[in-house]
Amino acid sequence: MTRRFEGNRFVALLLILALALAAVGPLQTQAASKLKIVTSTADLAALAAEVGGDRIEAESIARGYQDPHFVEAKPSFLLKLRRADLLILVGLQLEIGWLPPLITQCGNPRIQVGASGYFDASQYAEILEIPTQVVTRAMGDVHPFGNPHYWLDPENGRRVARGLAMKLAEMRPEDAAYFDQRFQAFSQRIADAEKAWDEKMKAYRGIKVVTYHRSWPNLARRFGLNVVGYVEPRAGIPPSPAHLVELIALMKRENVKVILVEPYFDLKTPQSVGQQTGAQVVVLLPSVGGEKEVTDYFKLFDYDVNLLVRAFQAAR
Amino acid sequence: MRTLVALLCGIFLVPGIATAQAPDPVQDQIKKLEERVRVLEAEVQSLKAAQAATPPVAQPSESIMATPPAASQAPITAPSPGGTQLPVYGGPSAMAKVFNPDIGVIGNFIGATGRNRINPLRSLSLQESEVSLQAIVDPYARADFFLAFGEEGVEVEEGYVTFPALPGGFVAKVGKMRAAFGRVNTFHNHTLPWVDRPLATFNLLGGSLEEADVGIKDAGLSVSRILPSAAGIFLETTGEVYRGDSGTLFHSSRRSDISVVGHLKAYRDFTESTNVELGGSYARGHNDLGSAFLTNLYGVDATLRWRPLRRAIYHSFAARTELFWSRREEVANTQRAFGFFGSAEYQLGRRWFLGGRYDWSERARNATEHDSSGSFVLTYWPSEFSQIRGQLRRTRYAEGQTANELLFQFLFTVGAHGAHPF
Repeated sequence: MTRRFEGNRFVALLLILALALAAVGPLQTQAASKLKIVTSTADLAALAAEVGGDRIEAESIARGYQDPHFVEAKPSFLLKLRRADLLILVGLQLEIGWLPPLITQCGNPRIQVGASGYFDASQYAEILEIPTQVVTRAMGDVHPFGNPHYWLDPENGRRVARGLAMKLAEMRPEDAAYFDQRFQAFSQRIADAEKAWDEKMKAYRGIKVVTYHRSWPNLARRFGLNVVGYVEPRAGIPPSPAHLVELIALMKRENVKVILVEPYFDLKTPQSVGQQTGAQVVVLLPSVGGEKEVTDYFKLFDYDVNLLVRAFQAAR
Repeated sequence: MRTLVALLCGIFLVPGIATAQAPDPVQDQIKKLEERVRVLEAEVQSLKAAQAATPPVAQPSESIMATPPAASQAPITAPSPGGTQLPVYGGPSAMAKVFNPDIGVIGNFIGATGRNRINPLRSLSLQESEVSLQAIVDPYARADFFLAFGEEGVEVEEGYVTFPALPGGFVAKVGKMRAAFGRVNTFHNHTLPWVDRPLATFNLLGGSLEEADVGIKDAGLSVSRILPSAAGIFLETTGEVYRGDSGTLFHSSRRSDISVVGHLKAYRDFTESTNVELGGSYARGHNDLGSAFLTNLYGVDATLRWRPLRRAIYHSFAARTELFWSRREEVANTQRAFGFFGSAEYQLGRRWFLGGRYDWSERARNATEHDSSGSFVLTYWPSEFSQIRGQLRRTRYAEGQTANELLFQFLFTVGAHGAHPF
């Protein structure tokens, strides 16, 4: 009887604790002035900042120099997510290995899948490499809904920004004109910048390159690069000696003089391939924040285009 | 007791459902479709303008040519009532499959060589095939099922519904689940950094020679919440109520013999690469001697992790320890047993991991006896979806016997297996 009483008392204590915590109230305080936006990658935070201006606070979970496929779902990210009004993700299963448990655990109803604060940016982008045949893991870590690195085409940046402007206007109707004006200005700046980037790259259209991972189809299509091979034999699979022999033969045959590598991959293998083929290894940035000076979406393309131009000039 | 449990359930669940029902999903869907139409209209206009203004893009590479130029995502529309075609309900349409849960299977094949007369593993066995079924239930909940197919039969290892959108920042789970007692107890077998589970979890958390998957797991209700804290520190508390049946640890002789588990977790990032997690746990339930006999468990866990972001796929380090204290009431006295383990793993390269673990634990039913063990572990990842592991283990049992064993493991995953919590 005594033990039963103790059991009841323990559950009652739990109940009191829970009620006390509930009384503390939601930790998140609805900032009247600024929308709190959390993005999965730094590129989406940069686009949100372009459109949202001083009416939002945007922060990214993944850093620009980090492989966005393999982010650790650290509890500190839950603190960001539980205060967010809007979660923006790349989608197409790029974040499937880490973002879903964070969303479930954060206790924020506004950003749950399907809620008004859940924004999948891929819905607005032009997606390449959507498989047209049966997909199996024999193809490696393939993305069944298409290549998720779509932000590396400035046109997709414009499309996502347009979608974001509409979403922000829906969330803050009183600032709709502000967001629209910011988007129009961004769109114009992108158009101007594209002319400059196209001018720099036009001499190198059709040039053959090899890339480490399949991160660059949108960038390659936009600037007319011809990707003839990959250091990875299949997406996400580390290179084997047999594959590297084939790759070296291919590069020699096709006279490929540039290997593009993301900053989070080890350079030893690409450099070894480069030594045997006379190709130079270029660490191209897939994301804003990949280097300190790359602080926004425009600087990302400035950096990459300048790097490519220098590499192609040296290769000639 | 029943009233209290019902009240607990009511307080957490009813307001959540009532609040969550406020948004109309149909209206939301209509809004989204309208938004999509607006985007597409703007897109068409911009393309028309751009077509005349911009020069044609050069021909892309063959590999790019082979891919479709754009996503084609037609909205799912309901059949028109005035249309000429009758709607097909439950037809063999491919779209019907989109609501199927994500299905994955993880095979866990284990082998053992060497001699162990106290707690022997079989020489070769498909110890467990874990089938996972995971999906969003509705706008208010998601469900996860993990069915463990062993050589002896099938068990629902976990099967629960999660309510992630409750008011007040609460997250609730209802169903059968692994209890939030310490860190390792929440791990599924295939996520362990070793082939086996630590001795202390076997000796003090309800291990049995008949069951490979030891630990506290039971049917019940779990509620967690992130707590207010100083900047940069993550604090989370979890309270759980279970039926009171878990392996050889807890036994429920009557309905009121429930067990409870509480866990407090603190986490902090020291740098972007290094973080530490500390936890304290408590569990209490009735043991197999009857309703009058309780077992109380206390636990402390600590984990230090390092993973440089620029080389996150190549190098990492994790050191962890857990300490357990068991207070098991028996007819004559109370058995006070203690156990712990400490382990470390270092990732040598993209595919290779090296680790070690030391275990020391008294036995819950006879605290005068203790076992100890040391292991070296080498792991190889052919890909993200398979793993080969070897573990050299030396165990000294209280009976005076020493077992030197080589355990090896093949893990292989097919299908879509959802990410596990950190």
